[in-house]
Amino acid sequence: MTATLDGAAQSTEISLAQAVNRALRDAMTADEKVVVFGEDVGVLGGVFRVTDGLTRDFGEQRCFDTPLAEAGIMGTAIGMAMYGFRPVVEMQFDAFSYPAFEQIASHLAKMRNRTRGALPLPVVVRVPYGGGIGGVEHHSDSSEGYFAATPGLHVVTPATVSDAYTLLRAAIESDDPVIFMEPKRLYWSKDQLSTTGPAIGEAAVRRQGADATLIAYGPTVQTALEAAEAGAAEGYDLEVVDLRSIVPFDDATVTASVRKTGRAVVIHEAAGFGGTGAEIAARVSERCFHWLEAPVRRVTGFDIPYPPPKLERHHLPSVDRVLDAVASLQWEDR
Amino acid sequence: MTVIAAPDKTGSGFPLGFDTILDPSPLQYLDEHGALSGALRDDVPELDPKELLATWRAMVIGRRFDVQATTMVRQGRLAVYPSSFGQEACEIGAILALRPTDWFFPTYRDCVSMVTRGIDPVQTLTLLRGDWHCGYDSQVWRTAPQCTPLATQAPHAAGLALAAKLAGDDTVALAFCGDGGTSEGDFHEALNFAAVYQAPAIFFVQNNQYAISVPLAKQTHAAALAHKAVGYGMAGVRVDGNDVIAVRRVVAEAAERARRGQGPTLIEAVTYRMQAHTNADDATRYRDESEVEYWKVRDPLARLETYLRAAGLLGEDVVAEANQAAEDLANDMRSRLGEEPEVDHRDLFRHVYAEPTPQLLEQAAALQAELDAEADAESEAAR
Repeated sequence: MTATLDGAAQSTEISLAQAVNRALRDAMTADEKVVVFGEDVGVLGGVFRVTDGLTRDFGEQRCFDTPLAEAGIMGTAIGMAMYGFRPVVEMQFDAFSYPAFEQIASHLAKMRNRTRGALPLPVVVRVPYGGGIGGVEHHSDSSEGYFAATPGLHVVTPATVSDAYTLLRAAIESDDPVIFMEPKRLYWSKDQLSTTGPAIGEAAVRRQGADATLIAYGPTVQTALEAAEAGAAEGYDLEVVDLRSIVPFDDATVTASVRKTGRAVVIHEAAGFGGTGAEIAARVSERCFHWLEAPVRRVTGFDIPYPPPKLERHHLPSVDRVLDAVASLQWEDR
Repeated sequence: MTVIAAPDKTGSGFPLGFDTILDPSPLQYLDEHGALSGALRDDVPELDPKELLATWRAMVIGRRFDVQATTMVRQGRLAVYPSSFGQEACEIGAILALRPTDWFFPTYRDCVSMVTRGIDPVQTLTLLRGDWHCGYDSQVWRTAPQCTPLATQAPHAAGLALAAKLAGDDTVALAFCGDGGTSEGDFHEALNFAAVYQAPAIFFVQNNQYAISVPLAKQTHAAALAHKAVGYGMAGVRVDGNDVIAVRRVVAEAAERARRGQGPTLIEAVTYRMQAHTNADDATRYRDESEVEYWKVRDPLARLETYLRAAGLLGEDVVAEANQAAEDLANDMRSRLGEEPEVDHRDLFRHVYAEPTPQLLEQAAALQAELDAEADAESEAAR
């Protein structure tokens, strides 16, 4: 991976990690109140090099390393935001955010509400999340459900290079706290960058189809697209919706798609029980009942702690599992 | 200025020299008999007669507020009230040492500090009355909403202090917590962050001896909570929390020190919670009356009053004015808290996000329809 975006001029393609880096740079250039901090984000440039060069280029008042303490990072960010800064903090790995959860749930999510608008908290929490990179335990969780179940937070997760850039810029500009879930295993995926993109809360139809809707976000968008390709060979014309934003949820796009296709499969890596897929399935059932040809199916991780690397391939939603779910959607003519 | 400043090892800049406190005896200027200790210089502002009388007056009013709030909870006008009776030297001494531009991070027990800061008593009690989570404008008063989880506001103070330092302002952030709060992880993370960044923060522990029912001995094995400062490389001091002159002086010096760029201070104020934790608590189950009696004679208000009278500073006109101001405040509380509070159901959805999500708009519309239907049914029945 190129160390900075300086070398990207030769190639029009950049990685998702580089798109996040560019969004941080552009936001820091546009607004001096934007500060970046967390564990190893300074001199090292982050363990995934997402913050590469920021301390060098903006100085250590704008991008700095913190003591190793996630609640401290989160609480400090809240205090800085109370004083008019726009902190963007990193949680390094999904499960490392759990020590910060009280700060997130009790304060970050609620300060605007508690103070009836007097203390908005424009904080972005970057959470590299999900599996598929061979990480040992506590490095591969999908923690989006905890955040999505906490009113007061926006929860977004890009699946493309351009969305990573535009959603992060939107998140930093938002006057509300945003949990920015970065799918780790897509960090190295490359594409051309477009700097115009969606507002928070807008899903995207990634692939048009007529027979069933695959609803995915973050790392499983790629799985859904691959399943749609493979499904075409089996005669299924599958639509793929990339949520991009879990909170707020884009009911309009999802509803329109499912009403068109009549069938839906929700795909995510987190455990299914009590997961965001259950919420999505319930919303689809409420809004599309008369259009549905079959119950909404979910393809998720098992209801187990995230498994060790040598077993994770069994746990993660696969193309085959998605296609099995599609096949189970009560097709009378097949 | 760099963010990551090495701790200043050359000296604390504390005239009193309490940067390393291994002697756990609390700093005291005014003993329990109301006599001044010789350690106090004559020229400190806290000994100015005007300042002393203003402090005493604030304590008279603060105590009246506390007693009235306790009465209101018994009358069912407040959902709950955690009293700070007996802790006025901490509540008032610390807040009077701050500038209006400084930020204050109170807990649920710190209503008296907020009233001393100038916040309307009814707005101060909004949380405890159940009208809303915070009744005052935090930006205007530079006072964070009262924190109910323990010590979680301490990292906010560290962050705000760091932000003020980065912005080049001379703002100081003062966070209160109790002795129980010092066992929480957030307390330690806050101290560590503030020390590493040399942030202008003051962490003020009101060691009132109990965390609900658990005594200090079961909270810590340390000889003093102020000793925790040593491990973080920050200044620490243990002060008699019933001596308002000492509390004011110590907080003022910590604030001056913070403004000079010499970093944070941990203050342990040794005091006592005279009342139960809240009205829901039965303090007789875990402490003896003899212990309460021991502390009664160390009352912070009586102690200052004794000194002022002995010094001939407390004229009867001053006493009458203060008592009248306290009674006026109590009357005002009784009448305004006696009225049914106005709450607006639309506030449920108004302040969750800057712009409500489509889902919240739907829920707000559904609630409105429900209430409209109720109102229609009521007017139908009345016809």
